[in-house]
Amino acid sequence: MILEIREKIIEKIFLLIALSSISILALIAIFIFGEGLPLIWKIGLKAFILGERWVPSKGSFGILPMIVGSFWVTNGALLLGIPLGLACAIFLCEWTPRSLAIILRPTIQLLAAIPSVIYGFWGLIVLVPLVRNYLGGPGLSILSGSLILGFMILPTIISISEDSLKALPPSYKAGALALGATHWQTIWRVMIPAAKSGIVTSVILGMGRAIGETMAMIMILGNAVKMPTSFLESARTLTTNIGIEMGYASGDHRQALFATGIVLFFIIMILNSLAIVLSRRRAR
Amino acid sequence: MKVNRTRYLTQTMAKVFIWAAALSTIAVMILILFQILAEGLPVLHLRFFLESPKNMGREGGILSTIIGTFAVTLVALLFAAPLGVGTAIFLKEYTRESQISRIIRFGTDCLAGVPSIIFGLFGFVFFVLFLNMGWSILSGGLTLAAMILPTIISTAEEAIKTIPSSYREVSYSLGGTKWQTVTRAVLPNALPGIFTGIILGVGRSIGETAAVILTAGSSLAMPTSLFSPIRTMSIHFYILAREGISMEMAYGTGAALILLVLMINSTANWLLNRYIRHRV
Repeated sequence: MILEIREKIIEKIFLLIALSSISILALIAIFIFGEGLPLIWKIGLKAFILGERWVPSKGSFGILPMIVGSFWVTNGALLLGIPLGLACAIFLCEWTPRSLAIILRPTIQLLAAIPSVIYGFWGLIVLVPLVRNYLGGPGLSILSGSLILGFMILPTIISISEDSLKALPPSYKAGALALGATHWQTIWRVMIPAAKSGIVTSVILGMGRAIGETMAMIMILGNAVKMPTSFLESARTLTTNIGIEMGYASGDHRQALFATGIVLFFIIMILNSLAIVLSRRRAR
Repeated sequence: MKVNRTRYLTQTMAKVFIWAAALSTIAVMILILFQILAEGLPVLHLRFFLESPKNMGREGGILSTIIGTFAVTLVALLFAAPLGVGTAIFLKEYTRESQISRIIRFGTDCLAGVPSIIFGLFGFVFFVLFLNMGWSILSGGLTLAAMILPTIISTAEEAIKTIPSSYREVSYSLGGTKWQTVTRAVLPNALPGIFTGIILGVGRSIGETAAVILTAGSSLAMPTSLFSPIRTMSIHFYILAREGISMEMAYGTGAALILLVLMINSTANWLLNRYIRHRV
């Protein structure tokens, strides 16, 4: 009897523990919305999201340049990250000579483990001068940021695409090869379409990482608040806007940064939900 | 015949592209490591590790930032490890696929995707201001705990999943209760896998900057209690490099960070490999 009650209590304790992650998520939402919503309320959602002027000292808080900046940088990163990541995934599960897989796999792990400030620093020291000298502009630019970010999201794209390619039934490949398709035709016309939902999930999660990156982007993007018109210009993203100004902001200004966080949180939750729905469908 | 030739031409082109992609990924990684280690390793004397930064970090070493890094990481683990392993046990041992497990999974997956700057904002309003902990080891550690929780949950889940159901059946047939089964049959065998997840969590907390700078502050002073503000190695590196205080010291700190991350990663790998061999 006592043993039974003890078991019941233990189960309840585990349930409470297990609810921690969803509770933290709820707390994050509550506290960030609580700090940021009053400002959005005060100046209006439209003025906040579509406003082009961000001058905290004069009370104008428009984050359109940051939204557009995030969009440019993220797309640039995907432009590099998708082909490179997919190629590495194919390389790892279809074409790898053993010797190279032994190097490539730890490389990708390391790519995921290296702190983002190190990427930012390397971009600042190596990439930014290269872009400035050979392509012009300030060097601290969307192009430099996208290149670094493209590498930073590789581990996400590679690991999930590779998993979904590996999860395909071997009969798909065997069937295509038996019909006389070349190895490449098998990969391109049979395996990749069949693994599509996993690959799309990997891209969505990679996109989430790219939008959320802060420190490396502060170091490389140049942080000018203006609507970007070319890849060689400096830009500011939603995350870097928070990261740069949070240190000294107060009052309305600080609320505006939390409101920027709300917009970022929304974008990320949409991407996350998409990825979760997609991978549930895949699991079925 | 002609069709055949273009088929193989396409295949060759694809192969060249894929090889180029894989090789350039490796090359960039080597370039990054080489650049920072080549400039940074010469700075790493014993004194660099045993002295605290002086003159804003222009001189001296990085001792107080090393202690800061380990302090926040330890606090993060103290909270995240029990919560993460507990969640994994609940998901794998105490419940089948159900409404509640779906909600928990949704929370975990979403938390894993939340950007670190958002954790930073949250930690700042919740721990620093609302709970009045100030910029401190405790605030920073708790924020990191929230951040690494999903990593620990998912690896612990994987580790528990690999335990054959026969282990549980034997325990039950001997009259073991659920709690006894979990603590004596499942957990000891899943331990190496769980450790791997914890080590990966350590790696993430050491490398994190955005979330910690908003919650633990950036003080160079030696911490005296859990409520002291500190500066971690990553923050120190960031501030040295971005404010152009000292490139030499920045390279040194960067190299120390990379070595630390390399060590942590190889430990995790080594554990995982041993574990897999042990299982199979």
